[in-house]
Amino acid sequence: MAEVRVQTKAAAGTSGQPTPQEIREQRRYLELGLTEAEYERVCERLGRLPNYVEAGLFGVLWSEHCSYKSSKIHLRKFPTSGPQVLQGPGENAGVVDVGGGLAVAFKMESHNHPSAVEPYQGAATGVGGILRDVFTMGARPIAFLDSLRFGPLTDDRTRYLFANVVAGIGGYGNCVGIPTVGGETVFDESYRHNPLVNAMCVGVLEADKMAKGAARGVGNPVFVVGARTGRDGIHGATFASAEDPTEKERSAVQVGDPFLGKLLMEACLELIATGAVVGIQDMGAAGLTSSSAEMAARAGGGLELDLDRVPVREEGMTPYEMMLSESQERMLVVMEKGREELAFSILCKWGLEVAEIGRVTGDGRLRLRFAGEVVADVPVAALVDEAPVYDRPADAKYVQPGLTVAKPEPAAGDADAWAQYLLTLLAHPSIADKRWVYRQYDTSVRTATQVGPGSDAAVVRLPGAERAVALATDGNGRYVYLNPRRGGAIAVAEAARNLVASGAKPLAITDCLNFGNPEKPAVMRQFIDAVEGMAEACRALDTPVVSGNVSFYNESQGQDIFPTPVVGALGVIEDLAHVTESAFCTADSAIVLVGPIDSALDGSLFWQLLAGQPAGDAPPLDLALERRVQDLVQSLIRTGRVRSAHDVSDGGLAVALTEMAIAGGVGAEVTLPVTPRDALERAGLLFSEAQSRILLEVDGASAEVIVQEAAQAGVPALVLGKTGGDAVIIGGDDGVWLTLPLASARAAYEGALPQAMRAPSARGEADA
Amino acid sequence: MRWAVIVFPGSNCDEDAALAIDRVLGDPVDLVWHDRSDLSAYDAIILPGGFSYGDYLRSGAIARFAPAIAGVRAAVQRGALVLGICNGFQVLTEAGLLPGALLVNDHLQFRCELAELRVENAETPFTLDYAPGARIRIPIAHRDGRYHADAATLSQLQRERRAVLRYVQNPNGSAQDIAAVLGANGRILGLMPHPERAVAEWMRSTDGARMFTSMHRYVEQQGASLAASAEGVGRLG
Repeated sequence: MAEVRVQTKAAAGTSGQPTPQEIREQRRYLELGLTEAEYERVCERLGRLPNYVEAGLFGVLWSEHCSYKSSKIHLRKFPTSGPQVLQGPGENAGVVDVGGGLAVAFKMESHNHPSAVEPYQGAATGVGGILRDVFTMGARPIAFLDSLRFGPLTDDRTRYLFANVVAGIGGYGNCVGIPTVGGETVFDESYRHNPLVNAMCVGVLEADKMAKGAARGVGNPVFVVGARTGRDGIHGATFASAEDPTEKERSAVQVGDPFLGKLLMEACLELIATGAVVGIQDMGAAGLTSSSAEMAARAGGGLELDLDRVPVREEGMTPYEMMLSESQERMLVVMEKGREELAFSILCKWGLEVAEIGRVTGDGRLRLRFAGEVVADVPVAALVDEAPVYDRPADAKYVQPGLTVAKPEPAAGDADAWAQYLLTLLAHPSIADKRWVYRQYDTSVRTATQVGPGSDAAVVRLPGAERAVALATDGNGRYVYLNPRRGGAIAVAEAARNLVASGAKPLAITDCLNFGNPEKPAVMRQFIDAVEGMAEACRALDTPVVSGNVSFYNESQGQDIFPTPVVGALGVIEDLAHVTESAFCTADSAIVLVGPIDSALDGSLFWQLLAGQPAGDAPPLDLALERRVQDLVQSLIRTGRVRSAHDVSDGGLAVALTEMAIAGGVGAEVTLPVTPRDALERAGLLFSEAQSRILLEVDGASAEVIVQEAAQAGVPALVLGKTGGDAVIIGGDDGVWLTLPLASARAAYEGALPQAMRAPSARGEADA
Repeated sequence: MRWAVIVFPGSNCDEDAALAIDRVLGDPVDLVWHDRSDLSAYDAIILPGGFSYGDYLRSGAIARFAPAIAGVRAAVQRGALVLGICNGFQVLTEAGLLPGALLVNDHLQFRCELAELRVENAETPFTLDYAPGARIRIPIAHRDGRYHADAATLSQLQRERRAVLRYVQNPNGSAQDIAAVLGANGRILGLMPHPERAVAEWMRSTDGARMFTSMHRYVEQQGASLAASAEGVGRLG
């Protein structure tokens, strides 16, 4: 077999680049993201020194961002299969069967580092990237959700980041015409220098029409479609794998073009529907490099690309720059040979540029030609499958930081003091009404949003079917920081619980694992424990992980963020009559607590506010009980006796009850069947964030029957009181503990974010 | 009667509009690509919401050059109804088919919420089925929705009752709370709210449906379908 001679001397477009010898002698591989050991491994695998382009390919594909080298061995612990799973991790997105001949593709991805540097474009391109991952599966995108974390809003830069991330999400999502239907926004000191921006996209497809990202069929032509390739975003992937966003270059952040993104989506869906597409993949992180190498790897074959044919934005781009560019809105498409004209006509209709840049080969190599020479020739397997895998050192045991924090005791005050505690929690930006955020998102385009932001889960109707999907994101870094294993499990449990409270059966999850520097053994311990906790919960609740990503190096100025796994959960509602919201519907309903009465303040926001830092352990969680609670509430909703339902989470029972009252404009009066020993226990009964608890509004006649049914199912349940009036009144056997007029609660809850942002006058809104 | 929904590159409420017509009326409706100028087969034409051409340059500024807009002008001459929703309203003002302009909201943010509107004129082809002075709720979703016109135009609109809908609480700084503007010939309406998003109980409002039923009733009352008389084809729907 003829040996392909790889260009090793300076050639057109490569002048000024170091020679293979210089790369070695001057240790230039370090700036390409390869360690010395990794570089040696590349040399060994190639049997020669890599040239600059080749070293660059290995640098990005072996980066943490692309190779998951620090997380891979741990991610294997996740359950990833089940009868509902049509496509697990490894493709552009996971795909789940939702019945009725339909499937749903979904994935969540982080864009933390770019958003810390250039919040508008960082967030916008995060949305654009996850959108492409979903339509690449042949799925019509139907919803976005966003999980965001910022520092305290008292900080000028935080307000700048927050305002621009929200604007960027809206700027992209609104323009492409996909509703943003949910998500969460949390504010904590831990994220001050390192905000988290996790975007989730959900799409629907016919269950038997999934597209894949594999470059199959020797001789099939390879096309690049969409935007031209420019010099933007070079090194984005390696940039995301380095510490400290404040030291990162703004020029490494890409700029999004949502209009082009929309055209690309429509054209690709039309193209995929012809059946002539063999494989298709977004050019996301590491651009042409990762898309071509990953597509070839999935097919077990090779690719030969002629880089002279790549449409570029400017003259004089080198092969290195073309391969590493992260210019947005580009797709790599492998067509069935002989049906290229079909692609051309569809892309022409949408006004999109297309260029045939190469073909599929059978020799397992990624070969790049430029200006008449082979500028890279490397085994695909070495780039993708043989990327290094690290079992990074981890501390033997996690030192739970909250256990040594003095447990703060609230002063025993009068009813006004207790009402004030509740108001403080309602006005905390993490709990407060997020309308300031979501009114900047188009939540109702596509006219399928039955329940938008603000309830436990969003509910989106599936086209042409009398069924819907429920969608929620959840994650609590405070819990994971206090106890990574239990905190990880809670993230899954709570996301699933949100679906259940909305009338859905949970099916599967996607995740974004946002952690600090994995080279620190303490961070690695957090990661391993959190993954194990999540995996346990996934098994207990039958919600396999079908897609996701890992974001390490979320640290700045030596401070790691709270370890923050964020879960995006998907459930199905097979009968639209079962759609349930968290707003009280009417007066004189009975309020039932499903799940235990608990007074443990461990991990609660209440304790954090009192202590100035997270305190205690993570909140209590019993996964077996969690499963029983979720099964019970699903079956209760299906019997039609549940008017509204709300998960008890941040701020505990008192906040959950008040949120239901504010949302429904109906007060509530409840009495817990206990006499607290002291102020601490009373605070716990009100504000404990103990898990596995859902508040139900049911008709008065059903309440006692439901409690009996719960007992038979092994679930504690209690009739707490009833809805009505214009205040939230909570007490115990020893009398009324607090009375909070609904108007005051609403003012605190709805006013907090606009005030913090000094928002423009809220004209057009109900008076706060 | 037969409806057309024009699809520009970047339109994203085109399918919603077609779905609403199907849901509310069951009339035949075609999605018509922007490069088509012959719209003589249609009794009503909708310019849908979205971001035609990315709203680059100005909202609606590029779409107005599309061949379909020439078709819209001809249709108006012929007596067809034209409804511009959100981006469609912006296109109509850019095309000079409606007076005024839509500027960026005074608070500079996108705003999506259910807006309360007052029906100021229930004697137009678009509002026949509303009670005069009725308060209705229809969602808005826009960043460039602040209606602007010079004083003379505003007073003319007032005089001729062509500010057909006004916001009860102005969400964007629009002059005189104007949410919808009727063309001088009475057969073109542009509005920022999205009636196609308020046609079912589960959408939280059904108030948008009456805009489509109004248009349908108006066309039916005109006797034989306009398209049928012009084209000599059988009556459709």
